[in-house]
Parts: sequence; C-alpha cells; structure tokens
Amino acid sequence: MFESKSGIFFIAGIGFFLLAFLGNGAVPMIMYKDRHEATAEEVVNKRVLAQFRDLSERYPEAFARAFGEPSAEACAEALRLGRQVYIGEGCWHCHSQFVRPVSNESRRFGPVSRSEEYDNELQRPVMFGTRRVGPDLSREGGRRGNDWHAVHFHKPRVVSVDSPMPEYPWFFDGSPDAPNRRGFAIITYVQWLGSWLDEYPYYEELPEVQGGS
Amino acid sequence: MTHGASPTDRAAALPTHDDLVDERIVICYYVAALSFLTISMIAGLLMALQLVHWYPFKGVELLSPGRWRMIHTNAIAYGFLANAFLGTLHWAVPRLTFHTVASRALSWFIFVAWQAIVLATAVGIVVGPTLQDRPWLLAAAKAWHLPMSLGAQGLEWGETPFWIDPVALVGLALVAVNFMVPIGRSRGPMYVSLWYFMAAFVWTFLTYAMGNLLPEYRVAGTSAGAIGGLFIHDLVGLFVTPLGWGLMYYFVPILLKKPIWSHGLSLVGFWGLAFFYPLQGIHHFLYTPIPMFLQYGAVISTIAVELVVATVVINFFGTLSGRGQAFFDNLPVRYFYTGMVFYFITCFQCALQVTLTFQKLIHFTDWVVGHAHLVMFGVFSLWLFGIMTYLFPRLLGRPWWSRSLCEYHYWLSAGGLAVMFLDLTLAGVFQGYYWASLQPWDVSTNGSQPFWITRVFAGLAMFAGLICFLVNLWMTARGAEATDPLPARAAGTPAA
Repeated sequence: MFESKSGIFFIAGIGFFLLAFLGNGAVPMIMYKDRHEATAEEVVNKRVLAQFRDLSERYPEAFARAFGEPSAEACAEALRLGRQVYIGEGCWHCHSQFVRPVSNESRRFGPVSRSEEYDNELQRPVMFGTRRVGPDLSREGGRRGNDWHAVHFHKPRVVSVDSPMPEYPWFFDGSPDAPNRRGFAIITYVQWLGSWLDEYPYYEELPEVQGGS
Repeated sequence: MTHGASPTDRAAALPTHDDLVDERIVICYYVAALSFLTISMIAGLLMALQLVHWYPFKGVELLSPGRWRMIHTNAIAYGFLANAFLGTLHWAVPRLTFHTVASRALSWFIFVAWQAIVLATAVGIVVGPTLQDRPWLLAAAKAWHLPMSLGAQGLEWGETPFWIDPVALVGLALVAVNFMVPIGRSRGPMYVSLWYFMAAFVWTFLTYAMGNLLPEYRVAGTSAGAIGGLFIHDLVGLFVTPLGWGLMYYFVPILLKKPIWSHGLSLVGFWGLAFFYPLQGIHHFLYTPIPMFLQYGAVISTIAVELVVATVVINFFGTLSGRGQAFFDNLPVRYFYTGMVFYFITCFQCALQVTLTFQKLIHFTDWVVGHAHLVMFGVFSLWLFGIMTYLFPRLLGRPWWSRSLCEYHYWLSAGGLAVMFLDLTLAGVFQGYYWASLQPWDVSTNGSQPFWITRVFAGLAMFAGLICFLVNLWMTARGAEATDPLPARAAGTPAA
C-alpha cells in the first residue's frame, strides 16, 4: 500500500488532499454557510455615499465624465471597480485589511476585525493582504479627505514625505484635480474601508502619541 | 539506476537513453525557465528599487512596480520552477520507468501551451488593469456579481487572470496524463522519486483548481481566506516540494554512486509530508477572524511536518556520509546539499515562526519575505541550478565553457541569498517592534531603509550569478573551446 501506485494515487494524492480540504477549507464554509454574502449595492452606506457626493462636488466635471450623478448605484459601481484597481495595481501586496488583536493594532488602527465584516462580494477573494509596507487600510475610510487621497495617489511624497509608495498618475487626466474613472473608483473604495464602523481612534490623538513627543 | 550498464540479455533488451529521452525538449524547457527567471529577477529588482526611492521609471503605467511585483512571484512559480521541473521530468521519468512519455507530440503541445499561459499571465497582469474600467466589463461584473479581473486575481500565486485559468487547468491535466502513462506502464516496485512525482501530479491539479475557482467564484470573506491560505501553502508543499525532493532522490544517488541511506526514512518522509503538509494552510492567516480552533490545528500540524521533513534531511546526510568530499569537488552535489542545509534552516525557522508568539511580532513584516526567498531560491532554485549544471553538458554534448563561471554562479547565488535572508529576517524584527511601539508609520519605513538597500545589492549579486550562468551557457552552446575543462570526476561522463 505504501509503495504501490494505487496507494499513492488514491490515499496520498486524492485522499489526503480531500481530508485537508475538508478540515481546513470546508469547515469554515459550512460554519458560515447561512451568512448572507452582500452585494456591492448592499454595502454602500451613508458615510461612503457622503464621500462619493463630496467627490462629485469637488471635481464636478471630471466626476460627471466618469460616473455621471453621485447615486448609490454609481457608488456601488465605483466600489466594484475600485476593488479591481486595488487588486490589479498590487495595493494588497503592501497594505493589509485586517486588524489583529495583538501588537497594539487595535490602538493604532481601530477595532479588531470580525468575520462578518468580510461577508460581501468585494471580499471575494478576501483582501487580508500579505505584507504591510504601508499601514493597514481596513479602518482608513474617513480618516483623510478626498483631496488628500487624490494628491497622495498622484504623488505620495507631496503629502507623505518619506513614503515608498509608487506614483499613480494614470488615475488622473493630467493633474490631481482631475481624477479619471479609475481614480474616483480607488478613492471611493479606500473611503469605504471601515465606513461600516461608527468610530475608530485617530492615531494622532492617542495619549501615547500626545505625551510621547 | 542507469540502464544498459550490464551486458546481460535483459539489459540488451532495455530501451536506450536515446529511445527514452527527447533531449531537445529538456533543453527548450530549460531555456524557457531561465528566460522567465531573468524576467522575474528584473521584476523583483524593480520593486526593491521602488522601496529605496531609486525607481527609474516613476509614473510609467506599464512599468508600475506594483504590477511587476506580481510578475516576480508568478513567473517564478509558473515560469521558472514549473518549466525547470517539466524539463527535468522529461529526463528523469522515462529513465526511471524505461518507458517514454505518453506522447512526444503531446509533450511539445504542452511546452508551447505552457509558455503561452505564462506569457499571457504576464501580459494580463501588466495590461489588464489599464483596461479594467471598460463599461462592458463593469456591466458584466455587475450582472454576475463576479470579480472580472482582466489583470491579476487577488491571491498570491493565483494571480493568473480568470480567462487563463481554464487553459492552465487543462495544461496541468495533460501534464499529469503524459507522465502518469509511463509510470503506470512500469513494472516492479516504484522508486521513491516516482512516489513524489505521482502524488505531485494529482496534487498540483487539485490545488490549482481549488485556489483559482473557489475564492473567486464560490466563497467570500473568511472562508475565502481559509481556502486562499490552503492554496498558497499547497502550491509550495504539494507542487514544488514533492517535485524537488523527488528529483533529489533521483540525482543524489546517481552523483554519489550509492543508494539512499535508509528506505524506511524515505517512507516516513513521503507519507509524513503527504499527510501533514496539506493540513496547514490556515497558518498563513493567524489572528484573523478564521475560527481559532482551525488556527491551532494548522499550527500543530506545521510543527509536526517540520519534524517529519527533518527525517528526509537526515536521510540525505546519511547518504552523503563517506562521500563527503563530493560536496567540495562536485558542483551539482554542492548545490544539492547547500539547498538541503537551507531547507533545514527553513523548516526549523518555520516550526518557530508558525507559533502565535512569533506571529505577533513578525506577521506582515519582511521576515516572511526573507523566509519565502529562503525556500524558493535557497532550496528549490539552487537544486534546479545544480540539476542544470549537471545536465547541460550532457544535453549539449560538451563540457562547460568555464568552470570558474559555474563557481561564480554558485557563490553569488548562495551568498547573495544568505545575505538577503539574514537581512530581511532582521528587518522583520525591527519592523515588528516599530509597529508595536506605536511610533508613527514613517519610523518603520525609514528604519527599514538600510535593510532594503542591503536587499537591493544582495538581489543584484544573485542576478549577477544568473548572468554568469547565462554567459557560460551561451558560450558552451555555441561550442566555444572550454577554457578550463572540468576534471572528469567533477563533470562526470556523458550518459550512456
């Protein structure tokens, strides 16, 4: 059995693979099978919609070209595209999307991530991330204004002097005050991250940071 | 192991090497593998330059370091490792089974198709995001609630765009058939290498299907995380590792001219890997919302597998015992055993870093990047360099043009990797403490600069090693007079 073709093919090859899949993959799928997977339309909330409207007022002509009216439907479309940009540009190689219960992360970023936060189509596949060159983004929404993000995506070091983040001028038609479709989408997506939470701490206001200078 | 060596009737009836092995396809696979390795290393270099603010192509969309970072890993897995393995399997499997592959025409079809798949993936990763905002694509994504990425998909080593995945799966199935046929036709007990190869063909197909279909189409959120972890882990453990060890079980006894030390340990190593390795995917996502009992299970089976693979390393050092001089004067053997030392370090490190205690500090840091390079370059790439160093003179029918360039290749690769590994591991510890201490984020990126700069030069050394190899190969292939022929003992003699 241990050295025969059928033993290796069926037991090691197929059997052990399926066993591990059942134990590691199927168990969470079964545990969470009754959870509803929200669509992009369903995860649009009033905070991200407010940011979306702010974008339309701040850059009216560019916004009209890209998304027309700042409706909830257009916002869902922007979230979907924004997520694609986030993946296609490799943002997820340098930014994580989960706050761990250790290493003071809940003090720096905000509440520890919960499983329910990921039950939507924008987390298929899930954007936990693999490396943190830049900070975690799962509580980034609303921390900074849309204009900050526009300038930051265009040339990160204008607003974040030592940042090793690459420049993304192709999110804009020439200058940071004219985002294109992809530019609006990625800004909306980043503003959405965490917007489902009522509050999280501002790093600059932490007592450790205030008193530590 | 080799055939036709004894003048008995049975040996006379056995097929010869020329009947069994299509040497041209081995050469073609190796050339493809080395081309993708060159591309991949340049891509890695680009990302490294970005981090230290030396990026030469700022703001050029098609040279965005984020996109090329994905080519770096994808081309290593599917361009370099897969091609180099396939080439070597075309040498090893027919010689082990005394049967040719199922079909030589199929072999060539797979070769061409596989290069198309890897190239299309690279093109998709680079060009796809540019076309991502087309209205028809947005409409399709909305209608079906599917992530329609023209570019990369959001899973490490699963970057292959969705429109290539089905083709790649067919390709993997054909690979399995092509090599399973000679294995199935062979008589008598199966040698250890064939256990690993056979299992790897099944596992690779299943793993690829699981990781490229489920998290994209079926499951979201935490469950997708569990599957994603399983996928990246299984690709290392059930595709790269068994093919790598299978080839070591094949080449080491040939080069040392003695059998493997212990058959029992070979059995323990194979079945231990087969049972424990696939159980560990979730250890990539400790402290996530994935249920804690699953995380504990993954941690425990990881520590178990490290004990099991230690037996494989022991077995190979038992085999080396008494032939230790080969480590110094036989370059392929030196590559193999250097890789095994790195493998042991990897496993020892893994058994520690998989614990929650270590994860608290090092998760998301460069420590993990160092670990990944140690495994993929320090172990498997060095093994494949060793195999190529051994086989190219046989495939080309002449000794290496320059032995010293072979030595440079070894020392720059192994030395550069060692520096990169130590450098990134240390960087990871610093980054972990910077973050935990709640200092501003810039402190961690600025504090990483010395390590990142060191990494650029370590990477350049490894790249220089590759250039040495390519120059040497070019000169050897075009038949230049050998500058310093290898002593017969080190070079071996061309296969019968």
